[in-house]
Amino acid sequence: MTNADLLAILPIAAIGVLSVALMILIAFGMKSRFVMLFALASLAVSFAGIFLAKSYAPRTVGAFLRIDAFSLYFIGLVTIGAFLVVLLSYRYLEMRASRTSEFYLLVLFAVLGMQTVASSIHLISFFLGVEVLSLSLYGLIGYTLGDKHSLEGAIKYFVLAAASSAFLLFGIALVYAENGTMNLEKLFMLPANGSISIITLFGIALIIVVFGFKLALAPFHTWSPDVYQGSPAPVTALIASGSKGAVLAFFLRMMMTGNLAHNKTVFLTIAIISAATMTVGNLLALFQRNVKRLLAYSSIAHLGYLLIPLLADGLFGASSIAFYLAGYFVTIIAAFGVITILSTPRTEGDMDDSREYKGLALRHPLLAAIFALCLVSLTGIPPTVGFLAKFYIFSAAIHSGLWVLVIIGIINSGISAFYYLRLVVTMYGSPVGDEQSALQKDLFPYIALGICTLLILFLGVYPTPLIRLVESILH
Amino acid sequence: MILTWIIAIPAIGGVLAWIAAQRNVRAARWIALAACFFDLVISVSLWISHRSLGFPGTLIREQIVPWVPRFGVSYHLAMDGLSLLLVILTALLGIMAVASSWKEITERVGGFLLSLMLLLSGILGVFLAYDLFLFYFFWELMLIPMYFVIGIWGHENRVQAAIKFFLFTFISGLFMLVAIIGLYFVHGRATGVYTFDYPTLLASPVTGRYASWLMLGFFIAFAVKLPSFPFHTWLPDAHTEAPTAGSVILAGLMLKTGAYGLIRFALPLFPGASAAFAPIALVLGVAGIIYGAVLTSAQRDFKRMVAYTSVSHMGFVLLGIYAGNELALQGAVLEIISHGISTGALFLLVGMVQERTGTRDLKHLGGLWATVPRIGGFTLLFALAALGLPGLGNFAGEFLVLLGTFQVNPAASAVASLGFIFSVIYALRLVQKTVLGPNKENWSLPKLSIRETTMLGILAALIIWLGLYPQPIFDTARASQSVIRQSASKVGDLP
Repeated sequence: MTNADLLAILPIAAIGVLSVALMILIAFGMKSRFVMLFALASLAVSFAGIFLAKSYAPRTVGAFLRIDAFSLYFIGLVTIGAFLVVLLSYRYLEMRASRTSEFYLLVLFAVLGMQTVASSIHLISFFLGVEVLSLSLYGLIGYTLGDKHSLEGAIKYFVLAAASSAFLLFGIALVYAENGTMNLEKLFMLPANGSISIITLFGIALIIVVFGFKLALAPFHTWSPDVYQGSPAPVTALIASGSKGAVLAFFLRMMMTGNLAHNKTVFLTIAIISAATMTVGNLLALFQRNVKRLLAYSSIAHLGYLLIPLLADGLFGASSIAFYLAGYFVTIIAAFGVITILSTPRTEGDMDDSREYKGLALRHPLLAAIFALCLVSLTGIPPTVGFLAKFYIFSAAIHSGLWVLVIIGIINSGISAFYYLRLVVTMYGSPVGDEQSALQKDLFPYIALGICTLLILFLGVYPTPLIRLVESILH
Repeated sequence: MILTWIIAIPAIGGVLAWIAAQRNVRAARWIALAACFFDLVISVSLWISHRSLGFPGTLIREQIVPWVPRFGVSYHLAMDGLSLLLVILTALLGIMAVASSWKEITERVGGFLLSLMLLLSGILGVFLAYDLFLFYFFWELMLIPMYFVIGIWGHENRVQAAIKFFLFTFISGLFMLVAIIGLYFVHGRATGVYTFDYPTLLASPVTGRYASWLMLGFFIAFAVKLPSFPFHTWLPDAHTEAPTAGSVILAGLMLKTGAYGLIRFALPLFPGASAAFAPIALVLGVAGIIYGAVLTSAQRDFKRMVAYTSVSHMGFVLLGIYAGNELALQGAVLEIISHGISTGALFLLVGMVQERTGTRDLKHLGGLWATVPRIGGFTLLFALAALGLPGLGNFAGEFLVLLGTFQVNPAASAVASLGFIFSVIYALRLVQKTVLGPNKENWSLPKLSIRETTMLGILAALIIWLGLYPQPIFDTARASQSVIRQSASKVGDLP
C-alpha cells in the first residue's frame, strides 16, 4: 500500500483511527459532552479528508475499495448525515440513558461501515462493511434499553440482519464459485454483455435479497416499521438516511458496473420490486397513526421510487439517484430531528402518536413549520428539494421510456399526499388545550434542524450546484 | 422585473401581515389589502399604457433568467393581453378576498393572511409563467396555501374537503408533470433543443403518436381544475367548506387557471391532437353545462348552489375553447372574467348572509330583502348575471360561445342553449329561496356596512360594464388568441 493509497482512503481511515482513539478516551472516563464533540470533530476530519482524497481519485485501493468521485460523494453524504444525527442526539441521550459516551462510538463505527460499503468494489469488502454497520446498529437501536420497544426493535433487526448476512454469504459464494472472482469489475468483464450464467444470476438474486433487507424493499420490508418505532429517534434518522444511502450506493455501482439493467431477468425483478415497494409502502402508510411508523412506510415508498432510475439509462439515472438521496437525507433527518426535540423522556418511546401532534403549530410554531416543510418535501411539492428530486428521477425514467413505472410512481405519489397532508393539517388544524410541554433549550439539535431546513428550501429553489455535483461524480 | 414584482408583492405583503398580526391584527389586514391594491395599480397602469399603444400584438413585458441550465429551465415570465386581464382579475379578487375576511376570520389571522397572499402569488405566477417547468412550479405552489385556507379556516367538514381538493388537483397535476417531461424529451429528440421554454416549444409543435398522450396529460390537469364534467366532484365540497375568501379565490381565480392552461398550453402546444380531441371536449363541455345546471337546481344549501353554477359556466368556457374559432374563444375569455366577478360576488353574498344568520340552509333563509334590502338587490343582480341576462357580462360571453360553436357544431350549440333554461330555473329559485319569499324565521339583521356595500358595488359596476361594453376585453386578449390560430395553422387542421 502506497502513500497515495493511504491518502485516497483518508476519509475512511480517519474514522477508523479516530474511533479507536475515542474508545481509549472513553475508557479513561472522558465526559460525554467532550465525547460528542470529539465524534463531531472526527466526522469533520473525515469530511475534510474527502477533498484531499479527491486529488488521488480515481484509484482502486487494494482490490477492495474504489475511491472515485462517485464513492467520495456518497462517503460525504453519509458523513454529513451522521454529523447531523450526532448533533441531534446529545440532549436526547442525556435525558434518557445513564451512559451516553458509547453511543457516539457506535455512530462512528456505523459510519465506518457505511463508508466502506459506499466505496466497495469487492463483494468481501461490501460484506465487511455491512457487518460493521449492522453490528453498530444493533447497539444503537437498543441503546435506550429501558424501553421495551427499543429492545424489541434491536432483536428484530438482529435476527433479520443475521439471516440476511447468511443470504449474502451464500450469494457471494455462488458468484465466486462460478466466476472465480468477487471483484465487481472483473466479475462483469467476464461474460459478454447481457448473458450471465444461471448460477451467477442466482447469486446476484441472493445479493439483491440482501439489498432488499437493508433497504426495506417489499417483500423484505416488514422489519422496518417496528425498528423505526423502537429505535431512539436520532438512530431512526441514521437508519433511514445513512444506512440506506450507503447500501443503495453499492447497489447502484453493481448495476452500473455490470450493466445489469440490460439483463432482462434482473430488470424485471427490480421493476416488480420497485412497483411493489412503492405501492405497499404507501398503502400501509395510509392507515398509520404512529408518526414514526408512518415515516417508516414512507421511507419504504421512497426507496421504491429510487429503484426506478436504477433501471434507467446509466448516467442520467445514477445522477438522479444521487440527487434524490441528498434531498431525502436532509428531509428525513430534519423530520426525525423534530421528533427528537419534541420527545421528552417518559416511560414509553418517543412522541410518535399522531394525536399528540394535534395543534402542534400553536404550541411550537417553529417546529411545526419545519415538520410541515419536511412533509411537503416528502410529498414532492415545490418549493422544496423533494419536488426537484422527484422531477429528476421521473425525468430519468421517462428519458429511458420506463412509462409503466412512471405511471405507478405518480399514482403512488398522489396517494402519499393523503397521509403526509393529513399529518400537516393535524398539526395546524384543531386547536388543543393548554398543555404546554416545555422543551429542553439546547442549541445543537436546532443547528442541525436549521441546516436541513435551509438546504430543503435552497435546493428546492436553486438546485443547480447540486445537479452539477452529481453529474460531475459520474464522469 | 415588474413581473417579478407583481408576483412577489402579495407574498411580501403576506409575510409582513403575518409579522404584524402578532401585535396588531387590524394593521395586518390593512397591509394585505394594500399589497393587493398595489398589484392592482401596477397591472391597471400596465393596461392603460398598453392600451394607449393600441394593443400591439406583442408581449407587454418579459423577463428571462437562466434557472436550471442543465435541464433548459429558465425563469421566464411574460405578460400578454390574456395574462394581463387575468392578473388584473387576480388583484381585484384578492382585494375582495381580504376584505371579505375582515370580520369572518378572527382566529389566527396572521396565518390566514399569509396563506391567502401566498396563494395569490402562486396564481399570479401561473398566469405569468412562460416556461413549462416554472408553470408547474407555480401550479403546485398554489395547492398548499389553498389546502390550508380550506383545511384550517373552513367550515364543519373542512379537513375532508381540503384533502379531497388536494388529492384531485395534485394527482391530476402529476399527470401534467409527466406530460411536461415527456414533451421535453420528445421535443428535444426531434429538434435537438432540450428546453422547457414555452415559445421555443411553441415554435415546433409536437406531432405523431406521442402528441395525443401528452396532450391528454395536460388536459386532465386542466379539466380537473376547471372543473369539467366528470372531474368536478371535488368542487362542491371544497367550495362549501371554504371560508368566503377561499371560495372567492377558488371560483374566481383557481378555476380560471384551468381555462388559462387550456388556452395557453394544451391547445397551442398540441394543435393537431387538440383538434382531434375537440369533439370529446365539446361533449364534456355540453354535459357540464346541462349537468351542472340540473344539479344546481336541486341544491338545498345556498353555497353549494352557487358552487354548482360554476360547473355549468365552466362548461361554456370549455365549449368556447374547443370550438376552435375566434368568436367562441373570445366568448370564453369574456366568460372567464365575468364568471370570476359574478360568482365571486355571489360567494361574498353567501358569506354575508351566513355571517348574519349563521346558516346557509335554504329552508331557513327567505325574506331577507325586507330586512337587508341591499343584500336582496345585489343577490338579484348577480343571480341574473348567472342566468345570463343580456346586458350583464356572462350573457355576452355565453352568447359568443354559442354563436361560435354553432358554426362548427350546431348540435352542441343547440343542446348547450338548453342550459339557459335550467339556469333561469336555478337562478330564480335561488333568489326566491333567499331574499324573496316569506320570512319564516323572522330574520332581523344588521344592514350592509360600508365595506360590504363598496365591495359589491364595485363588482356590480364591473359586471354591468362587461355586459354593455366588452370590447376592451376582446382587444386586449386578441393578440394571445392569434397565437393559437398561428400554431394551428402550422398543422393546418384545426376545424
